[in-house]
Amino acid sequence: MTEDAPGRVAWSFYVFITFAIPNCYYHQLSLTTIFSPEGRLYQVEYALEAISHAGTALGILAKDGIVLAAERKVTSKLLEQDTSAEKLYTINDNMICAVAGMNADANILINYARQNAQRYLLTYNEDIPCEQLVRRLCDLKQGYTQHGGLRPFGVSFIYAGYDHLRQFQLYQSNPSGNYGGWKATSVGANNASAQSLLKQDYKEDCDLKEACAMAVKVLSKTMDSTKLSSEKIEFATVGKTKDGKIYHHLWTADEIDALLREQGLAKVDDEPEAGDIK
Amino acid sequence: MAIFCQACRFLITVEEKSEVWRSQETRVAEIKTSTFFWQKKKAPKRWLTQRVAGRKLQASSSPRGAPHLITTSLRPDHLTCSILLFSINFPTNRKHVLLGIAGKDFVILAASKAAMRGPTVLKAEDDKTRQLNKHTVMAFSGESGDTIQFAEYIQANAALYSMRNDTELSPSAVANFVRGELARSLRSRSPYTVNLLLGGIDPVSEKPHLYWVDYLASLAPLPYAAHGYAQYYCLSILDKHHNPDISLEEGLKLLGLCTDELKRRLPIDYKGVLVKVITKDGVQEIPFDNDKIVRSA
Repeated sequence: MTEDAPGRVAWSFYVFITFAIPNCYYHQLSLTTIFSPEGRLYQVEYALEAISHAGTALGILAKDGIVLAAERKVTSKLLEQDTSAEKLYTINDNMICAVAGMNADANILINYARQNAQRYLLTYNEDIPCEQLVRRLCDLKQGYTQHGGLRPFGVSFIYAGYDHLRQFQLYQSNPSGNYGGWKATSVGANNASAQSLLKQDYKEDCDLKEACAMAVKVLSKTMDSTKLSSEKIEFATVGKTKDGKIYHHLWTADEIDALLREQGLAKVDDEPEAGDIK
Repeated sequence: MAIFCQACRFLITVEEKSEVWRSQETRVAEIKTSTFFWQKKKAPKRWLTQRVAGRKLQASSSPRGAPHLITTSLRPDHLTCSILLFSINFPTNRKHVLLGIAGKDFVILAASKAAMRGPTVLKAEDDKTRQLNKHTVMAFSGESGDTIQFAEYIQANAALYSMRNDTELSPSAVANFVRGELARSLRSRSPYTVNLLLGGIDPVSEKPHLYWVDYLASLAPLPYAAHGYAQYYCLSILDKHHNPDISLEEGLKLLGLCTDELKRRLPIDYKGVLVKVITKDGVQEIPFDNDKIVRSA
């Protein structure tokens, strides 16, 4: 009697819900991600939609490294301008990623990725191959498109990494749990135009320096303001040092400003701008 | 005979019961005691029952399973309380011969072909190696049930990794995985008592790797290695004649020197060795002359 009591409670609760809600509202309940009659998963599509409002992030694969660049949305002048990165994260010693979408969701996934990378390192005393880590993360993402009562993660990632099996690699993943390897790719707001710009400008054998130049150019064209500053973008590179060691580097404000000046995209001081919030 | 165990600070008396005792095997001995040591206190019951329950002394007492019985001494004034059955399990079976030699572009692993239980040879064509993937082989010795169970567990995991990831684990990754599994097992209720040699060629760098792993989960990358009593005879020969640039032919010759010495000095008929060679092209079993007669001095 006492043992099956909890089961009974749950069951009667279920009955209550099914009777309390009229049939016409049933589809909104969406206790689980299910296919629509047209064979689509709306929750996943809504998540993708959420991402398309986030700041742009892009990645370009060069022959001697990878560059990731991201647009940081300055929402208010009152907001403390954090020096720490909010769109670029390191995952392990040879991998970094750029985030587009909900930052809170991204934190969960990045934490998961970091843990997995370290667990692999602990088990095999080797860094995890990039694709494996991307796949593990995508397996988690996929789970949330299938299990009931949970919403998918509203994050797309661009991953840049190196492993000795496939050298430098660039991946992109989205909320559905799909991923793919790319030479140059972008996510977030205006990603379609960024993508076509990349397609136009991409050169097969470009080096890291050219890729960096291309990255800021594309970013300047897809962002609202034409003149950029280190407050508005984040930059990171993965490369190889002269003695063959892999490094990744999140650029400091000074380094970004130097690159922008070099490319003639820097904002001149005190010049008011359309995108600025007064 | 009385044995003073430094780890648990007890003096126990042991009566030799079987021949096995001498050959350092799992042994059953009758113990007259359960006494004292410091201050002539009675041994806590738990301490005795733990051992009587057939637990391995080794595993249950000292945390890292270091040799438990350290010094022997005679104490005539011990008290006799009860007669207990007690099994001391010595770490691993050291009669098996495991040898490994890494050279310029190859690794040789040699494992004795005798399957033994106590003083009895059960089989003379035993294969104490398992191939883990295209370019990695593991040779193992130790407690007979544990060895195969553990080796095949590792083999299955390596195969699973290859299937899932379309790449194969490098020898160093396998070695570290094995070490991790042994370390985990060591801290469990029933640890594997297995010693291993792991040889392989790294598929990316095409460099040979040889790893020595023991049942306490120590891992050491070495140019040449041995397990069991064979160590005492072979390591000095390998010290003298090995260098990292030797060719496969020289390596096999060196192995011959080792097996000759074993025949000359080791009072165990290990039924010859099975020789596996790993090169960048894969793994091969090499016919080896085990019938050569070597006379002792």
